[in-house]
Amino acid sequence: MTMIEKIAGWLTGILAFVTVVFLMTPLVVTVAVSFGSSAVFTLPAPSWSLRWYEALMRSRDLWPPVFASLKLAVLSTAIALVLGTLCAIGLLRGRFRGREVVVTFLVSPLMLPGLVIGIAMLESFRAAGLRDVWASLILAHVVITLPYVVRTVFASLSLFDFTLIDAARTLGLTYPKAVMKVLVPSLAPAFLTSGMFAFLASMDNYPISIFFTDAWTKTLPIQMLQYVEESPDPTIAAISSLLILLSIGVLVIGDRLVGLRRMADL
Amino acid sequence: MSTARRLDPVLLLAAPAVIYLAIVYGLPLLFLLGRSLFGAGGLASFGSFFADPFSWIILGNTLRSAALVTLVCLVIGYPTALVLARAGGLVQAAILVAIILPLSVGVVVKAFAWQIVLRRDGIVSQIMTGIGLWSEPQRLLFTETGLVIGAANIFVPFMILPIYSVLKLVDPRLGEAAATLGASPLYRFFKVALPLSLPGIVTGIAFVFSMAASMYVIPSLVIGDRFQTLATLTGRSFLFMRNEQLGSTTAVVILALTVAIVVASSWLSRRLGGAS
Repeated sequence: MTMIEKIAGWLTGILAFVTVVFLMTPLVVTVAVSFGSSAVFTLPAPSWSLRWYEALMRSRDLWPPVFASLKLAVLSTAIALVLGTLCAIGLLRGRFRGREVVVTFLVSPLMLPGLVIGIAMLESFRAAGLRDVWASLILAHVVITLPYVVRTVFASLSLFDFTLIDAARTLGLTYPKAVMKVLVPSLAPAFLTSGMFAFLASMDNYPISIFFTDAWTKTLPIQMLQYVEESPDPTIAAISSLLILLSIGVLVIGDRLVGLRRMADL
Repeated sequence: MSTARRLDPVLLLAAPAVIYLAIVYGLPLLFLLGRSLFGAGGLASFGSFFADPFSWIILGNTLRSAALVTLVCLVIGYPTALVLARAGGLVQAAILVAIILPLSVGVVVKAFAWQIVLRRDGIVSQIMTGIGLWSEPQRLLFTETGLVIGAANIFVPFMILPIYSVLKLVDPRLGEAAATLGASPLYRFFKVALPLSLPGIVTGIAFVFSMAASMYVIPSLVIGDRFQTLATLTGRSFLFMRNEQLGSTTAVVILALTVAIVVASSWLSRRLGGAS
């Protein structure tokens, strides 16, 4: 190895290390602040305490949005899993031209700015006379969750060898049984992982939800941002830490199901 | 003829999702576009928007901050993708966790954390004064530098992952082969590794730039109202100013910008991919 190579290798390594630290900084800071005693986010914390978690437990502003967001995320993910999985199977097995175009359209909500999608929906829902907060939120959040399911299940299905189902039937299984024994197990990891990421995307969405929430029904990110702007204190860090814990849980389960490396396939 | 016309029944499985998205998402976008182009006020509102010098400041803010964020992401993201593609075992797992975990945490949480980090008594200021680079504590919060740092932090995974997905397919023996043939390390990087990773770089730049040009939550927490971008102006004109005409106009400008970037980059990365 030449000198230049060694220096370049070291530089790349250092930059990568710095990036990893940089990436983890907001999460570490949030958790550290949530366990600190300081009300003004002093770091390193003067002493450790659980007072912000106690404040969170007593909070009247934060729990209703937590439950609203959980309900919304569960409902919209469930709908997306059903619609998205059927859609992926249909698109992959059906013979037609322009499949690429349809898949691009289905995944495009992930690539377009949420704010613009939100405004477009707001205007159209209004024009259609839809004013119900929950109906609007669910309709909008399925648009957020569906692309995750379609993308991941479609990618996983395209690796699946459908002749295996025929093979199972040759071996004496009925068609539904063959599907249950062969297709479902090999599709399950992608199905569950996409569901988890769709769930998180719905839980965390701000730019689309903001147009459909009102003073009485708020989702968690909306309430959190308002709280940060009006009366910032580490109670927000406590709830953020719980959200980070939720993400860690998803990551651990996802790693078991499909492995970290496949989760990195955008 | 008749077989081509007959609808494949399996396709019906895809129908509910496609119809759903077409009605709830596709049509609203078309209406937004249609009304801003042909509706009352229509094209004239674009005329008055682009005639206003304030609009050009906002456009400048949007494009400049997005370009800076993209540049930072590329500079720190490329080496990370390189290490990620070459490393194995624990190092690779650590980098993957550092990318995927923040990706699955909401933007409000991360933007809030950057508010704390960038304060006058925040960690950045403490470190910089500690190592003597700054003579006294400084506040990066509510500055454009702070915005770029926070946004780069949130978007850098979208730079690393596309580059990594290209680099991991590159046969490491290519570099060795070039070395055996006498190519210098710099020559090998610029003639072998870099050209092969160009499709990933193009995709990463397009992802990061279009997201940074339309970010809303990060600027509103990290820099505040004084610094307006297209996206913050769009949000504010709907949520606070009740000037929906202006909001629709700027929303269409953002939409056009993002779609142009996505389309151009996918064309470019396909060409680059085909050429190598």
